[in-house]
Amino acid sequence: MLVSTKWLADYIDTKGIAPADLAEMITRSGIEVDAVIDRSHGMTNVVVGHVLERVKHPEADKLAICQVDVGEEVTQIICGAPNVAAGQKVIVARPGAVLPGGIKIKKAKLRGEESNGMICSLQELAIEGKLVPKAYAEGIYVLPEDSQPGADALELLGLNDIVLELGLTPNRSDAMSMLGVAYEVGAIISEEMKYPEVNYVSSSEVAENVLKLRVEDMDANPMYVAKVVKNVVIGESPLWLQQRLMAAGVRPHNNVVDVTNYVLMEYGQPLHAFDYDRLQTGEIVVRTAHAGEKITTLDDQERELQPHHLVITNGQEAVAIAGVMGGANSEVHEGTTTVVIESAYFNSASVRQTSKDHNLRSDASSRFEKGVDPNRVEAAAERAAQLIAELAGGEVLHGSVKVDELDKSQKEVVVSPDFINNRLGMKIPLEEMTSILTRLKFDYEAANGLLYINAPTRRQDIQIEEDIVEEIARIYGYDEIPMTLPVGETTQGGLTPYQAQRRIVRNYLESAGLHQAITYSLTSKELAQSFALESAPVTELLMPMSEERSTLRQSLIPHLLEAATYNVARKADSVTLFETGSVFLGETAEGLPHEEEHVAAVMTGKWLDHSWQGERKTVDFFVLKGIVEGLVAKLGLDQFVTFEQAQVDGLHPGRTAVIKLAGKFVGFVGQLHPTEQKKRDLKETYVMELNLAKLVTFSLEPLVYTPVPRFPSITRDIALVVERGQAAGALQQIIRSAGGKLLKDVRIFDLYEGDKMEPGQKSVAFSLTYEDPERTLTDEEVVKAHSKVLKALEEQGNAQLRG
Amino acid sequence: MEAQLQQLKQEAIDQVQNASTVKELQDVRVAYLGKKGPITDLLKGMGKLPAEERPKMGALVNVVREEVTAVLDERLVLLEEVAIQQQLANESIDVTLPGRPVKTGNHHPLTRVIEEIEDLFINMGYQIAEGPEVEKDYYNFEALNLPKGHPARDMQDSFYISEDILLRTHTSPVQARTMEAKGGEPIKIICPGKVYRRDSDDATHSHQFTQIEGLVIGENIRMSDLKGTLSIFAKKMFGDDREIRLRPSFFPFTEPSVEMDISCFKCGGSGCNVCKKTGWIEILGAGMVHPNVLEMAGYDSKKLSGFAFGMGPERIAMLKYGVEDIRHFYTNDVRFVSQFHRTEV
Ligand SMILES: [Zn+2]
Repeated sequence: MLVSTKWLADYIDTKGIAPADLAEMITRSGIEVDAVIDRSHGMTNVVVGHVLERVKHPEADKLAICQVDVGEEVTQIICGAPNVAAGQKVIVARPGAVLPGGIKIKKAKLRGEESNGMICSLQELAIEGKLVPKAYAEGIYVLPEDSQPGADALELLGLNDIVLELGLTPNRSDAMSMLGVAYEVGAIISEEMKYPEVNYVSSSEVAENVLKLRVEDMDANPMYVAKVVKNVVIGESPLWLQQRLMAAGVRPHNNVVDVTNYVLMEYGQPLHAFDYDRLQTGEIVVRTAHAGEKITTLDDQERELQPHHLVITNGQEAVAIAGVMGGANSEVHEGTTTVVIESAYFNSASVRQTSKDHNLRSDASSRFEKGVDPNRVEAAAERAAQLIAELAGGEVLHGSVKVDELDKSQKEVVVSPDFINNRLGMKIPLEEMTSILTRLKFDYEAANGLLYINAPTRRQDIQIEEDIVEEIARIYGYDEIPMTLPVGETTQGGLTPYQAQRRIVRNYLESAGLHQAITYSLTSKELAQSFALESAPVTELLMPMSEERSTLRQSLIPHLLEAATYNVARKADSVTLFETGSVFLGETAEGLPHEEEHVAAVMTGKWLDHSWQGERKTVDFFVLKGIVEGLVAKLGLDQFVTFEQAQVDGLHPGRTAVIKLAGKFVGFVGQLHPTEQKKRDLKETYVMELNLAKLVTFSLEPLVYTPVPRFPSITRDIALVVERGQAAGALQQIIRSAGGKLLKDVRIFDLYEGDKMEPGQKSVAFSLTYEDPERTLTDEEVVKAHSKVLKALEEQGNAQLRG
Repeated sequence: MEAQLQQLKQEAIDQVQNASTVKELQDVRVAYLGKKGPITDLLKGMGKLPAEERPKMGALVNVVREEVTAVLDERLVLLEEVAIQQQLANESIDVTLPGRPVKTGNHHPLTRVIEEIEDLFINMGYQIAEGPEVEKDYYNFEALNLPKGHPARDMQDSFYISEDILLRTHTSPVQARTMEAKGGEPIKIICPGKVYRRDSDDATHSHQFTQIEGLVIGENIRMSDLKGTLSIFAKKMFGDDREIRLRPSFFPFTEPSVEMDISCFKCGGSGCNVCKKTGWIEILGAGMVHPNVLEMAGYDSKKLSGFAFGMGPERIAMLKYGVEDIRHFYTNDVRFVSQFHRTEV
């Protein structure tokens, strides 16, 4: 909502408060002022000129040489506008003038002819092109004939004005009108506001005899008022009206349409003017549309209507979409002589739906959607009739044509002063409260320790006690509220075990060298299921903004890979990223997808660069596997987790392990498949993804200390010759189960696949530690246990001791 | 024999003095004082002496032995010192060379901000509540006093999955779910999480972003409690000398509703580019829980009241760290993320 402070002064005396200060007061007490706009934009030396003579420039077809009376002299100005003509009163920027954007006007020569200034269009005075009346959109603006040469043109155009741009929240639709803003300002500065005086002489002819009215859907349209004005002369509106509309962001059209828009801005009540003769039937019928019915609206769009759309008809065909936009067939035009002014109350939900269906938002629909003041419907019609009579020379027929079943009462709110003070944590005296209600123009009665309040109907948002709390507080001043903390039971704050574990996982991965990434949950349908740990239906948006963000992800890896590609393309020599986040799988009984928290990582490039001491390493499988092993150990799951060689779509078939927790699949670690790497412009890249929720919710016995061994342990190293394809982990597993309870530890310490081996064979070396917590082991006992191990290795692993 | 002894002593002392390393000195010790050395030989040869000379001779040999030993030990100390000096000189390194790198990563800046806020409220007795990112329209809107057709739904254009399911547009549905689950009991929670709105991504908009909302419900919770709580938050996050102010606003789920500004931490209130010359920076929205919201979740709004607040970690991070483009948070450029490596307490 754009509020011209000059216009506002018609209704309220702001006692010389500077607009910027007023803006601050309005913001602090309820309605945010988004901007304070100086419409003069610092312009100077812009005056009224009288074009005395116009001749074509001898050297340039498109230029005219004008002799212009600018009050103190007659001067020559070259003008390029097609519509400049002798006799016009025009806007002249004199030499020395400064125009918006800092443009300075100087004396100049144009193609050899002297030019002392510039004849201006409205656009050159910083009025948006879409607000300039169509007649002047392509050229200079022509001022009223009675303008005085040399007079200040900015004053005449109302540009010596400050406009407040209000950022209205949906509850304050009352401030979508100049009168509403005047009420608000009046309450803030404790000043009375005044209404426009509406009086005119109506003709003896009775409106009801000329126009018939029938409303078929009283729910959607409980009140309809029509005024009929005869013998109007359609023309340009007076300048004061045009400039007020432009200040409010409305384009002037003609006097009748301008009046409806003016009253819309003034009262907040949308109006519509029909050409009575074009209605043809002398009848208005408000009904819901027929299926497939069509109407061409004022913007020249043909629109198909649906049965829940309310339309205004002439009894036969639609002439307007109720509350949204008029029809072209009944539009007021140059030759109109009789107009019907419609002022109605349309149900907000109905207008909202209709405007949404047609993707049509107008100044009218936006007000109906939020609910207009029931008590201004008729007043606005009268105000419009008065102005049309004044400005278009019309003759207002007697009375209104009206259907009215609208409930214009306001709900009474009963609230106790204690409730208000308790809710605020304050001690505002009752007299202070009632004084605020008076300033707000709320009717009230104080009795039995309660306040019985009737807010005016323009304040549709005042419905419950809490609304009164807010009204009192905002006018009293939020700065006055003291600062306290909740009293009562103290509560124990903290993270849940799950949340604490998640933080541990993140901190571990960061200590292990990975940066935390946050990527988008929405992805393309194509990527949604890639790398998913399980196969489940995807969750898709009904109306995505793009295919790229149409589906919820089932794996964190695709977007981490995108981040890797992004960084590598920017010459990062190392990318180590992880993410924790939800993936979305299938559907629960509630109808929502299963949301599971996963953790994933991507690593590529340099891992360790300590080259001056000869240590260099790029990321490989075992770097990332080591990080996963460390994570699992940190969570106490190392004994329950196994890695198995496996194939996963998109990963290198020989360099991928699935990760199992107590035998159940929880994730994988592996190298990205070389063709996938190439597709993403990546070199050797490793990824892992784990079901974080399953890891951190795995039930473990509480940690209990094991006594530190008091007796020496005995270590035996063995080197085994096995088939090349034999997994070392499997051998380790054989050793573990065969070693019995004396075997404390098995570590792999060497792998040899060189040419000293027979083809197809390799050597794996293990270090076995035997220990008994109760006593020193004897050689015999170790030999016994160890030979069991060797036997098992031979039988189950086909492994021979290397000679 | 005595002369022989004196000569031996002289020889030994000369050898000791000539020894230039600990090793050479040990050789001298072995050569003269060892089991096979000449002094031991002399002692062994004493059997041939007359019995009355033996004690005198024995004493003499011991004196010589002690004298040689003393000289030798003295020399040993010296040579060991030389040796250690030599070793230290040899072992000297250039300590200005870089150490073996220990690679560490760090929190994403949003997580950094979120955890800081979480910890701050945990210390004030709050618990952290979480909920699904794909929500029912009921919890996202209806339970928050935003029935279907409510004009304020336009403020939050949403991604729908079906008519009744959408990507949550704020973390308030977690509050609604928590209230429903608590069945009328007091609540003190904050709800961090990802949210989604139908916005085109640009410098100030992101279709995915994060939110932290807070909710306190109890007996006689007052607006002054909200103001006091927010003031503590503002001071901890933005500095002890921050002032706060409340401005009226509108949210369907609170009444009264306010926006909270903090005094500009850059200029202190005199006006600068961070605060757009106003001296104040808008940080969050808040208010007293709307009675409809309480009643819908089964709370008696006549007996209990509450406050709620909601803020955007992106905005806070942008202000705190001077980040100018919200897209930085979702690009995961290592040159950006790794800047948030150091700790700040
Ligand atoms: Zn500042």
